[in-house]
This record gives sequence, structure tokens and C-alpha cells, in this order.
Amino acid sequence: MTGQDREIRSEYPIFEKRKTHYIDNAATTQKPRCVIAAEAKYYEERNSNPFRGLYGLSVAATESYEGAREAVREFIGAEDTSEIIFTRNASEGLNLVAYSFGMHCLQPGDEIIVSIAEHHSNMLPWQMVAKEKGVALTYFECEPDGSFSLEKFKNLLHSHTKLVAMTQLSNLFGRAYDIKAFAAAAHEVGAVFVCDGAQSVPHMRVDVSELDVDFLAFSGHKMYAPMGIGVLYGKQKLLEKMPPFLYGGEMIDSVSRDGAKFAELPHKFEAGTVNVGGAVGLHAAIDYMKRIGWETIERRENELTERAFLAMEKLPHIRVIGSDEPLEHHGILTFTVDGVHPHDVSAIFDEADIAVRAGHHCAQPLHKHLGLFSTTRASFAFYNTTEDVDAFIDILSGIRERMGYV
Amino acid sequence: MSNTFYNEILTDHNINPVHKHAIDGANFSLEGVNPSCGDDIILNLKIEDGVITDGGYEGDGCAISQASADMMLDLVIGRTKEEALRLSDIFLRMIKSEITDEEKEELEEAGVLSDIAHMPSRVKCAVLGWHTMEEMLKEE
Repeated sequence: MTGQDREIRSEYPIFEKRKTHYIDNAATTQKPRCVIAAEAKYYEERNSNPFRGLYGLSVAATESYEGAREAVREFIGAEDTSEIIFTRNASEGLNLVAYSFGMHCLQPGDEIIVSIAEHHSNMLPWQMVAKEKGVALTYFECEPDGSFSLEKFKNLLHSHTKLVAMTQLSNLFGRAYDIKAFAAAAHEVGAVFVCDGAQSVPHMRVDVSELDVDFLAFSGHKMYAPMGIGVLYGKQKLLEKMPPFLYGGEMIDSVSRDGAKFAELPHKFEAGTVNVGGAVGLHAAIDYMKRIGWETIERRENELTERAFLAMEKLPHIRVIGSDEPLEHHGILTFTVDGVHPHDVSAIFDEADIAVRAGHHCAQPLHKHLGLFSTTRASFAFYNTTEDVDAFIDILSGIRERMGYV
Repeated sequence: MSNTFYNEILTDHNINPVHKHAIDGANFSLEGVNPSCGDDIILNLKIEDGVITDGGYEGDGCAISQASADMMLDLVIGRTKEEALRLSDIFLRMIKSEITDEEKEELEEAGVLSDIAHMPSRVKCAVLGWHTMEEMLKEE
């Protein structure tokens, strides 16, 4: 371990308590002490119900919550905090767009285009809208190496295409897409562009103004923050015309027997008591990532990916899905082992206390498109080390033998 | 590495299965599916006068599901339906670690799967063949 490895890992209590080689970061990341402490400190010193209370402690809770919103706004380059809606996770953000925008702003005869590389979170809500509203659903197919052709995309677009749903970084290929170009093409036919940022926001600088996407959803728990807090960014002019998703407390201006006048953005979309502790944790995670810096995060993740990829390339019977170029994997290496089922692969890794993911990774249609049923996925975060990579390769190179192949 | 259930008996049944093939004249056939691993087997049995005279399985899945089905067939071919159901009962209780040493011996090689109880996510793989057979025999 290098000095920097030790310094980084010393911030993670779980690495002191467990010797697990944790390589399932695309599923969720571990939490640094500063994030855990920030959430605890909120509950110890500032907890009360924000917005409602006419007393100092409630004002403190409101400040903590709104401070987190401002930190998120700045982090993703949004123009205004009214465009930042706190959710539970990326899935909830995408469902909000589907139920609110999709169910109210789309009409029979319209079309939704969904990329085949989507996580089920950015696919099932659109299947639902298509069925309920009589809207056509078209899949945008990827190339065998996991890339998407802008030309093919432009050919798919029509005047009746009203919404495009696409991830910025595939949870299977690890490939990042030129979302700015795809969003611009969608806008040319007047379609709204919904981007899943669950995998991209934790691993690269994302600026919504630069990308010009209409919606971007992501989860806190994949970027060192607690589980149960996520973000939906939406352009103000769209959010304003959308009806609420959930109805309830603190999302109204006034209520009568006949109806209600809803609160201003973003509160219109945050019914009920909100997750202030989670938002404070996310704020701390953003500060933490800024302190580490994108240069360090990207350099370390690229080095680990490249080291693992080059070693995997040399192993017979191992096939990495997607690009041949390690730097196009952004920490995500999804692979198959000839003759060994991914659940057995993962179980053998587990015997050596290495945590990797096996299954369809919430991307069943994509697996089918690739002619696979399931795969195994290793995904690195910047706190992983070359020791993690080497332990992973060591077990991987012996798996076929362990399963009785000569 | 000591705490493995990928021992030689299991991997051998997975890679060199004895019963993974079609059965001529099978009169009972049932598909069993475990969506979590995507295990999918079709169990075929030939039952004559209440005795399982031949059996086989086809399909795909993880090593545990495939080897377990193979070991099961080793055990039940040549036995009566009642015997097969009794062994199935012992096997399913073994997965919950509720059997005696004598009972475990009756399961012969299938007994190597007793440790699966510690891996809740893989229990469904181990019992897939047995559940499929039970369903088939009880429905008859």
C-alpha cells in the first residue's frame, strides 16, 4: 500500500473493521468517517422538523437542509437551487419524472426512446408510461462494444419523439457517453432528455448546464453518502409545469376542501418530512470528494482499472464485456468465465473475502441484447488499492481450476 | 479457502454430469426455475409400477443447481416414489440443518451440500432439483 492508499483508507472505519476487498462500488460505495460524523452531528445538535417549526432549532434544520441543496447545485453546475429536488435515490427521481412529466405531458401518438443500456430504473418507468398513456416505446440499440452511434440516434428521432431516456455511464460496460451531443440531437426534434447519472456523478465531473440535459437523477449512496438520499435535477421551466408526484405535508401554499395551491419549487416535489440527515451526509460527501479532487479520483480509478484490465486480457477463458480500451471502463469491468456460472464465480471470490457482483445487474434486456444471461462485475472506487486488484486477479486466474477444469 | 463448498464431488458432478441428458420413454417431465441464479432445469423421470427406473435432467444453471440435480438422480433411480419422497424430505431438512448423522449418510454424496445452509442466497440452487421432483411426484 502506498502512503496515499493508507491516508485515504484511514478515513473509512469499515476498512479497519473488515479485511474485505470491496470491489462492488457500482452497487454502493463505503462511507468515510466525515460523512458518518456529519449525519450523526446533525442528529446530535440540530435535529428538528425543518420548515415547520417557528423556533431556532427548526431554523437550524432548515439551514442544514438548504445548505446541502446549495452544495448539490454548485457540484453539478445547476443554475438555481429550485432545480434541485431531494429524493431517496436515482430510481425515485426517474419515477418522479415518469409519473409527473410522463403521465401528464405525453399523449397517445408520442414516442419515448430508451437506450438498451439502461438500468431497469431508467427503463421500467418508461415501459409503464408507454403502456398507461398509449405512447410508443423505441429502444436505441448499442454497438457490440457498448458504444452508441450518434448517427443512428439521429435517424431514430422523429417529430413525435417527445422523450429520450439515457444513462451517462453504463453500469455494465463502464462506458461514458457524449450526453451533450445526444441531448442536443434530442432537443432538435423537441424531445426532453432524461439522463441517469447514478454511475457518472460519482466518478466524473458532471455539469448539467454544459450537458444541457433536462433531467439528471443520481443516488447519494454511490458517491460516499448515506443510503436513502438522492437528487433529481430538472430544468425549472419543465418542473414548473409538472404536477406534484407525491402529495402531503409541506408541499402546499394553502389547502381548502376543494383542492390546494402547491408550494414553489423545489418543495412542490418534496412531500412529507424530508431526509435532512441524509442531505447533510450528502453535503459532507460532496465536500469530501472536492477535498480529494477529481484529478486524484480519476487518476486512481483509471490506474486500478487499467491494471485489472491488462491482467484479465492475459487470462484465457475470461472475457471482459465492452471496450478493448481500459480507460473507457471507468472502474467497471464486467466479465464472463467460460464454463463457470457467475454466481459460482462470485461465491468463489467470496471465499477469499472479495466482494464482486454477479447477476444481471438490473440490466436484463441489455444482457439479452448481448446474448448473455448473467455476468460478474468488478467495480473500483478511488479508495481501492493495487492489493485489491492483485487479490482479485489471483482468485480469478484460478477459478476454472477450482471448478474442476484442467 | 477451507470453508468451501466447491469440493471435488460437487465440481465433478457439475462438469461431468452422469444424468444430464434426455430420457427415452420418460413419462414424467417438469421444469424447475430459480430466477435468482437463472437456474433452469427440466427433470424427466421414467416411472414404472411406482419405481423410478430411469431419470435425467436438461438445462442450465450454476454449479450447485446442476450438481445437486445430478447427485439426486444418482440417489433416486431404482427407488420407489415413496423412497424418493422420503429422501427428498431428508435433503430439504438437511438444508435447514435438522437431520441426524444416520439420515445424512442415506443421502450419500448429496450430503456434501449440507453446508449450503450457511449461504442463504444459494439454498434455492441446491433444492431446485429436489423441489421439482417433489412437485412432480406429489402431483401424480
